Amino acid sequence: MKPAPFDYLRADDEAEALEALAEAGDEARLLAGGQTLMPMLNMRLVEPAVLIDISGLPGRAGIDDAGAHIEVGAAATQASLLAWPPLAKRAPLLAEALPLLGHAQTRSRGTVCGSIAFADPSAELPLCLAALGGAVVLRSRAGTRTLPASEFQTGMLSTACREDEMVVAVRFPAAEPGAGYAFTEFARRHGDFAILAVAAIARANGITIGVGGVAEQPVVREWPALDGSALDDALNELAWSLDAADDAQASARYRRELVRGLGKRTVQAAEEARP
Amino acid sequence: MSTLGTALERVEDAALLMGRGRYIDDMPVAPGTGHAAILRSPHPHARLLGVDTARAEAHSGVHAVVTGEDARTWSTPFIVGVRQPMEHWCIATDRVRYAGEPVAIVVAEDRYRAEDALALIDVRYEALGAIVDPEATLAPEAPVLHEAVGSNLISERAFRYGEPEAAFANAAHTVATTVRYPRNSCTPIECLGLIATFEPGEDAYDVLSHFQGPMTLHPVMARALKVPGPRLRLRSVPDSGGSFGVKQAIVPFIVAMALAARKAARPVKWIEDRLEHLLAANAATNRVTRVEAAVEADGRITALRLDQLEDCGAYLKAPEPATLYRNHGNLTGPYRIANLAVRNRVVVTNKTPTGLNRGFGGPQLYYALERLMQRVAVTLGLDPLTVIRRNLVPAGAMPYRAAAGAVLDSGDFPATVDRGAAEGALDALRARRAAARAEGRLYGIGFAAVVESSISNMGYITTVLTPEERRKAGPKDGAVSHATVSVDPLGAVTVSADSIPQGQGHRTVLAQVVGDALGLAPERITVALEHDTQRDPWSIAAGNYSSRFAGAVAGTAHLAAVRVRGRLARIASQQLNCAADDVRFGQGRIFAAGNPENDLDFRRVASLPHWSPGSLPDGVPPGLRETARWSPPELTPPDDDDRVNSSATFSFIFDFCGVEVDRLTGAVAIDRYVTAHDAGRRLNPALVDGQIRGAFAHAVGAALYEELAYSEDGTFLSGTFADYLVPTACEVPDPVILHFDTPSPVTPLGAKGVGEGNCMTTPVCIANAVADALGADSLDLPLTPARLAELIHGPERPPADP
Repeated sequence: MKPAPFDYLRADDEAEALEALAEAGDEARLLAGGQTLMPMLNMRLVEPAVLIDISGLPGRAGIDDAGAHIEVGAAATQASLLAWPPLAKRAPLLAEALPLLGHAQTRSRGTVCGSIAFADPSAELPLCLAALGGAVVLRSRAGTRTLPASEFQTGMLSTACREDEMVVAVRFPAAEPGAGYAFTEFARRHGDFAILAVAAIARANGITIGVGGVAEQPVVREWPALDGSALDDALNELAWSLDAADDAQASARYRRELVRGLGKRTVQAAEEARP
Repeated sequence: MSTLGTALERVEDAALLMGRGRYIDDMPVAPGTGHAAILRSPHPHARLLGVDTARAEAHSGVHAVVTGEDARTWSTPFIVGVRQPMEHWCIATDRVRYAGEPVAIVVAEDRYRAEDALALIDVRYEALGAIVDPEATLAPEAPVLHEAVGSNLISERAFRYGEPEAAFANAAHTVATTVRYPRNSCTPIECLGLIATFEPGEDAYDVLSHFQGPMTLHPVMARALKVPGPRLRLRSVPDSGGSFGVKQAIVPFIVAMALAARKAARPVKWIEDRLEHLLAANAATNRVTRVEAAVEADGRITALRLDQLEDCGAYLKAPEPATLYRNHGNLTGPYRIANLAVRNRVVVTNKTPTGLNRGFGGPQLYYALERLMQRVAVTLGLDPLTVIRRNLVPAGAMPYRAAAGAVLDSGDFPATVDRGAAEGALDALRARRAAARAEGRLYGIGFAAVVESSISNMGYITTVLTPEERRKAGPKDGAVSHATVSVDPLGAVTVSADSIPQGQGHRTVLAQVVGDALGLAPERITVALEHDTQRDPWSIAAGNYSSRFAGAVAGTAHLAAVRVRGRLARIASQQLNCAADDVRFGQGRIFAAGNPENDLDFRRVASLPHWSPGSLPDGVPPGLRETARWSPPELTPPDDDDRVNSSATFSFIFDFCGVEVDRLTGAVAIDRYVTAHDAGRRLNPALVDGQIRGAFAHAVGAALYEELAYSEDGTFLSGTFADYLVPTACEVPDPVILHFDTPSPVTPLGAKGVGEGNCMTTPVCIANAVADALGADSLDLPLTPARLAELIHGPERPPADP
């Protein structure tokens, strides 16, 4: 478990990082918290020629309340977002999801943008971003572009981020007045990747539900206000639509049951959370 | 005041808590030491057509590349515990039989370069069909692993005790169950590691490691290296990051790295990483057991029939098939069952060879036996506790010779069950279950009762041979232990013993034991347990396994200390003008029983044999050092009827628990867990409870989370801790621990083993509770949410019409 040789560049500012990225292209990997990248390096699953360390980029560790959304910079850790005082009020979905993300130790190093950029189909933050309809800010030497979450993540561990681009920030829409939020997941142990995760937002006129851990990327549905058997029907349709597969942890059928059961619990919790 | 029997704080902890532990990776190395990395087979089964090391050898910083050819030059295959022509080399020679089998070793300037060079070794494989299932490996079409053996069945023996056929013929009921115990491992936090040296002038190897024994494996290694025993010097490091038996896995690597040091002509250091460890260090055996009971109408069992199919992986690695035979004498557990029929089969499959793992055979045996007890209760409509109680060996029958030969030495099993149930508040738990069920929740209660074997008979493994084969081979029995107590000219006491601890706190307990005998505070006793095979007394039973410490090692240290005390008493009696028998020791003083005021300083008396041997009483030898040797005479060889007292002493454990299963997810929540132990005399109650908590945590893992899983084609599926799920503090509840101590008449201090018991009781106790909650009759571990959900969820709701 020793990595193959690589060059290490600690970027002093964003321009230097983008310059290096443009030169190295797919030979480079960005290192922020390293909670996924370091094990992959040690297992030689990736062998980049250069690591560009962006964990110390000045001005990029911040969490900014921009009114309509909360912007989280590339170097901001998951722990710092969890500790952000207005979080429960301004982003209640994140306040529920973040404690389920790994452990205190991994959250202290792992970054919010890193988790979004890695795009694991079971991860909590990409699911939150998708359910909230957030956006990702990408930058290269050529310029900056902002993609909605639905266009950013393109599949399992794949995104629209180009080789010369880095995720400089993600934007989580701020809590809507009158809406209720809930996040639940089922994992084998505390802190594990979820076998199934559900995010729900209940509004007066409808429900947004997002499901992670089944399809190749988070799946989001918008429903009118539903309850009782109509909600069960909608969840059953959703469960079957995800093309769940068997794996070592769980069968496809098991995942469908969780979509139906956890989905209902989460939607009901979101309804109850409406002010 | 003696501290023996009190919860003295561990003397080991100050260094560990200050980050000053001395583990294998902390040990200084000689200049020029090379670092090794192992190339391992990606195939579960393949012919090895060629290993080309030229590019790797040319790589910058590489000192040597070692292959099966070198193994053929300097070593021989490991000796095998059954009479079969199987060849297990420390590095594969012509075939690989499990994914992860070593194919080559690179020695380089550092581990990074060594791993770089692994990618430059060109190996040509011809893949062969692989087989991982112990039943399928017996099929005629299954690929044969060892062609010289000609079959994947490498041992089969049948045993018959009493009159099982008659008992089954006359039984009111027969109840049977089949269980498939999975592969798992106790995964110590520190993986394997060693520093190996070859001295060409001496033709001798020297290996520093955390090898823990059993020392039966020292001759195995010396023989493989083709040197006399003294020329394989094994030394142990002061600290070990846990073993639970698993570090026995270092044996083939000691041999392989000794060869690497020879070829590289420099010391070689190897630290196993977690990927290597999970893939190919050690595993407990997986076992398929069919067990059947002949039962009277009242639940009394008159006979058992056991059919055990043991899977030892690709090679029979010494001391296997010991997992299958360790509990042979006590196959009937804590029960009075006089009639027993057994069939034991050992098979090979394309999986990592098995070895020591906490519980060693107990989890496999008792999972079958205690699931059967629960099935008997359900079948007869009785309470499971009633069935257990009706079959327990009564106190008046102690010592009790079990059907297959174990002598259960002491204890009051029924009283322990009754008191455990009362003090553990079983009635309240039953009320809790009733309330939960009234709300429609899935709640169940489980029980388990076992005898926990400790201090293995060195002859038990020969039960795998026929009586005729045993007669030819010569007797094997006993469990020899050595301990030394010495007192220096200033009265300071040093203790050494043939335990090679792996974190349990043995230094603390030996300081208590020897301090107790000599009337000294434990801080005045120095305990040195770094073992050196060239200089310390040892025999084949030495080491850290079979829960032998409290009974055998601490007991032998006590005997050595008592001898030292006897010598000092004779010297002091001259000065105190009393009989030696009347001399007493306490608080660092030595005095006559009748006149405690007229006392002598321990140091002054202890100096005499050093400074003035001429003034010693007649017959007292000069110097002050005693080495005691102990072997329990109760451990005799298997007799001609295959009865064997497989362990010197047996603890008793009675557990019960309440669990709830989530209807949606199938997740098991342990609501309450009670574990009642009779482990004989407790030398340090805090360490005893620590052992119970540790084994309980391992057992929760085995019950609910852990499996070294393989796909049908032999691909290993549990390669990281994200796949092999070990429970954390969040998942392990705190059990209620109860004690009912009955001193053992067999061991010098009356102590018995305690560190493995919950690995034997807890998995099946939890499974019995889940069975009770779900009304399930067949349950295999681990009880994963997805597996249990299949038993809970009814027919699935179909998709809506298109």
